[in-house]
Amino acid sequence: MAECIECGVSVSLHDDVEAGEIIDCGTCGSELEVIETGPVALDTAPELEEDWGE
Amino acid sequence: MNIGVLYSRIRRDEKLLLNELRERDHEVTKLDVRKLQFGLSEPPAALSACDLVVDRCLATSRSVYASRFIDSYDVPIVNTPETAAVCADKAQNSLVLENAGIPTPRTEVAFTKETALEIIESFGYPCVLKPVVGSWGRLMAKIDSRSAAEAILEHKATLGHYEHKVFYIQEFVEKPDRDVRVVAVDGAPIAAMVRSSDHWLTNAAKGADTNEFELDETARDLVARASDAVGGGLLGIDLMETSSGSYTVHEVNHTVEFKALDEVASTDVPGAVVDWLEEKATQEVVA
Repeated sequence: MAECIECGVSVSLHDDVEAGEIIDCGTCGSELEVIETGPVALDTAPELEEDWGE
Repeated sequence: MNIGVLYSRIRRDEKLLLNELRERDHEVTKLDVRKLQFGLSEPPAALSACDLVVDRCLATSRSVYASRFIDSYDVPIVNTPETAAVCADKAQNSLVLENAGIPTPRTEVAFTKETALEIIESFGYPCVLKPVVGSWGRLMAKIDSRSAAEAILEHKATLGHYEHKVFYIQEFVEKPDRDVRVVAVDGAPIAAMVRSSDHWLTNAAKGADTNEFELDETARDLVARASDAVGGGLLGIDLMETSSGSYTVHEVNHTVEFKALDEVASTDVPGAVVDWLEEKATQEVVA
């Protein structure tokens, strides 16, 4: 579990969560980036940029 | 093997790759492109252990520059910077396809809105205006009338980044509400799917339905030739079926997403990608 930095609720995470992974807060819908895994720390996910994609 | 995964964001695609690499007991060096510094001669220390780096950068600009630097340090990288540069830009992509004799939609480029309007009028309506850099169907315009053309060109010229002043205009292909996405390694298809939608844009990112697609010989030949034309590698090749029963290749993607394909394909897509990465890394180690 980790705390959503936007709304403060507990966000459940998979056991194999990776640094750099993006997760959604089920409560406020924010996109969050996992910046550390031990222990898990979250930050706001980077904003979509014009040249993102495949 | 030590495989470096260059990324800016771990999507499901990267997670599938990382899991597959680890399950096969490869060492994985995660390379967050946001934290790397690229000098002119010395590689970042994190790269030193890598037998091969796979570029999974989400941002085209990062992919193009980082792959160029990594290649200059003689660290093997897929895809190559040459492939990345061609695939990153739709105009360059169209040119290499055309020059290789691969059927591709009629396309013209202009640099002022007046000239772009002349092209649009000569193509007739509908036609398509695309940004030269972009993905997921963003900022694509199907233009149905002169007034729409004038408005969109004005917006792009006034509000857009300078790349939006490169007007890339393409004929509208009357495809059967679907297109074909092939994931291929050096021209050999791993799997393919059709992306179907009532909307004229059939990107999976736009919510299109996806189903596995069996490639015929014509499509396989075009995939191999399109891959060669851009320099090979791990690629997503997009084809549209034409009314004459053949195909046209509209673009080749160099940091291909494959999670949607993996969900519908009978082939283990990340497994096949890692098979290929192992082959490439072995070749580099032997060389």
